[in-house]
Amino acid sequence: MNQTVFAPWDDPAEKPLIRFENVTKRFGEFVAIDDLTLDIFEKEFFALLGPSGCGKTTMMRMLAGFETPTEGRIELAGQDIAPVPPNKRAVNMMFQSYALFPHLSVYENIAFGLRRGDMPKNDIDDRVGEMLKLTRLEKFARRKPHQISGGQRQRVALARSLAKAPKLLLLDEPLGALDAKLRQATQFELMDIQEKTGTTFVIVTHDQEEAMTVASRVAVMDEGRVMQVATPERIYEAPSSVYVADFIGDVNIVGGSTKPAGAGQYHVHWAEGQAPFMAASDRAFSDGQACHLAVRPEKIAISAERPSDAENAVQGTVLDIAYLGNLSTYHVELPGGQIIKAQTANTQRISRRSFTWEDPVWVSWTATAGVLLEQ
Amino acid sequence: MQRFALIAVPYAWLLALFLVPFVIVFKISLSDIALAIPPYTPTLDEGFGPFFAALDFENFAFLASDDLYWKAYISSLRIALISTILTLLVGYPIAYAMARAPEEWRPTLMMLVILPFWTSFLIRVYAWMGILSQEGFLNQFLLWTGLISAPLTILNTTTAVYIGIIYTYVPFMILPIFSALDRLDGSLIEAAEDLGCSRFQAFWLVTIPLSKNGIVAGSFLVFIPALGEFVIPSLLGGSGTLMIGKVLWEEFFNNRDWPVASAVAVILLLILIIPIILFQRNQQRQAEADA
Repeated sequence: MNQTVFAPWDDPAEKPLIRFENVTKRFGEFVAIDDLTLDIFEKEFFALLGPSGCGKTTMMRMLAGFETPTEGRIELAGQDIAPVPPNKRAVNMMFQSYALFPHLSVYENIAFGLRRGDMPKNDIDDRVGEMLKLTRLEKFARRKPHQISGGQRQRVALARSLAKAPKLLLLDEPLGALDAKLRQATQFELMDIQEKTGTTFVIVTHDQEEAMTVASRVAVMDEGRVMQVATPERIYEAPSSVYVADFIGDVNIVGGSTKPAGAGQYHVHWAEGQAPFMAASDRAFSDGQACHLAVRPEKIAISAERPSDAENAVQGTVLDIAYLGNLSTYHVELPGGQIIKAQTANTQRISRRSFTWEDPVWVSWTATAGVLLEQ
Repeated sequence: MQRFALIAVPYAWLLALFLVPFVIVFKISLSDIALAIPPYTPTLDEGFGPFFAALDFENFAFLASDDLYWKAYISSLRIALISTILTLLVGYPIAYAMARAPEEWRPTLMMLVILPFWTSFLIRVYAWMGILSQEGFLNQFLLWTGLISAPLTILNTTTAVYIGIIYTYVPFMILPIFSALDRLDGSLIEAAEDLGCSRFQAFWLVTIPLSKNGIVAGSFLVFIPALGEFVIPSLLGGSGTLMIGKVLWEEFFNNRDWPVASAVAVILLLILIIPIILFQRNQQRQAEADA
């Protein structure tokens, strides 16, 4: 297994395709982007993830050229793009509403950008054919946008934005209008197309599952700032703040204070009269520092007896059970009112649940299962 | 039963206010002039047999033989066509500016477009006489600025008729175009620019085609009434402006030749049926596109 991992962000010699340098964007009093610095590399599938109003769409519109930064500089392949108008940028965008031209056929929609250049007619025809094939739309070339389904329209929008072979493709909530099943299938299609064309994709989404599925790296944003930029695994397993931990997936957050207990090991005192939790951390914490311990529910085991080998185990009562089909989530109330969510996979068809409401149970996890966070 | 009653209302309306008057006008156009009240024969007093026997197409033959009439029709068509194009050129930018104006301004702008309808049409046309005459405001203003040294003759020319028609009908042009532009999704323009269009190309390739239905509707709403327009040419136009509406008026009231006047009206209606049908088809297509 000597496969090279795609990770240009770890290589200091690598030049980024896009560089945001201390970019601030204000709309009147409102600060949409707050002193943001970020590098995006060639061939990346980069996701901007955040709640609505966090500034992710503004960032995308600045890349497309529809907004200009109030302060700072945005570089594309080493060049400041502020003075370049949208129609002169080697950047194409797929709009959230798809923005297909209703008066033009699927074919003409895809050919629209190509016709603006000085491409010969035959080449345009070939390129459109190629795009139709890539997005499996050959049969619908003559149809108008209102004569095809939502999923097909989404593919037309993608084909149209890819037709000019842009250096950078921007996707604004590209799957937002599709139903859940189709969205999942399309996510894989998107990744496939991204890999085939080798284009750098920047996707804006508020759907964390979507971002995690498609992206090589994810930037979690909040109120105009980037909270963390990392691969999906690191975002999930090693969040840098309570905000990121809480935004991505489900998590248990226990507040407390630290007490060092050997190399990289800490005791977390979380409640009066309770044994402290054990947690491993690369980050250094001082004695008595306020901290938050974040543990994912699927890393917490639930059992009737105290497990003998667990580093952290605490008894509580079952408060709620959420049956999700493939998983069950138990809400366990600890002494003092803290609620811990523990998840178990339903690997067998259950005729009888092991635990029910009000049952006394033990929840347990290892010292490395949780992440110790400052804020 | 209830459904029948619902459909019956508009049909009864059409029958009473369009078909019956038209049949009467058509009947008069087939009659002969007479020095009587009403000023034509035959009337139904004479019984059915002689009544129908006395009807003929003599008046239509007369219209064809005298070149005054077809010249008036041609001239009306030309004036209506040119003023429709001019109204479009004036109305489109106004509608565009309204659609691009901030949301909170739009009702006010709309109000300003509709406001002239609150005053009598006749008074507004008379006001134009005051503006366009030799000693009118326009000439005085131009003399004062020094652009001209002698007053221009505008009133009683075809130019004055164009000004009058554009002024009167521009709201009919603005409203359908505005409604088309207002519905236009702004991201389409951004998409066009993103795909390499300049501002002007985006306007030409996206905005214009997508407001086509509004342009067509507005053009017919101007063309159809302008073709038969009578008040504007008779007040602002001189003897040189030949329009069928004016001819019609003169036949009715100056010559008291009701049968010929009716024949003129019937032909005018036949000419108008073509653009009216085209207009209806455009409206229908638009309704289908919206569905």
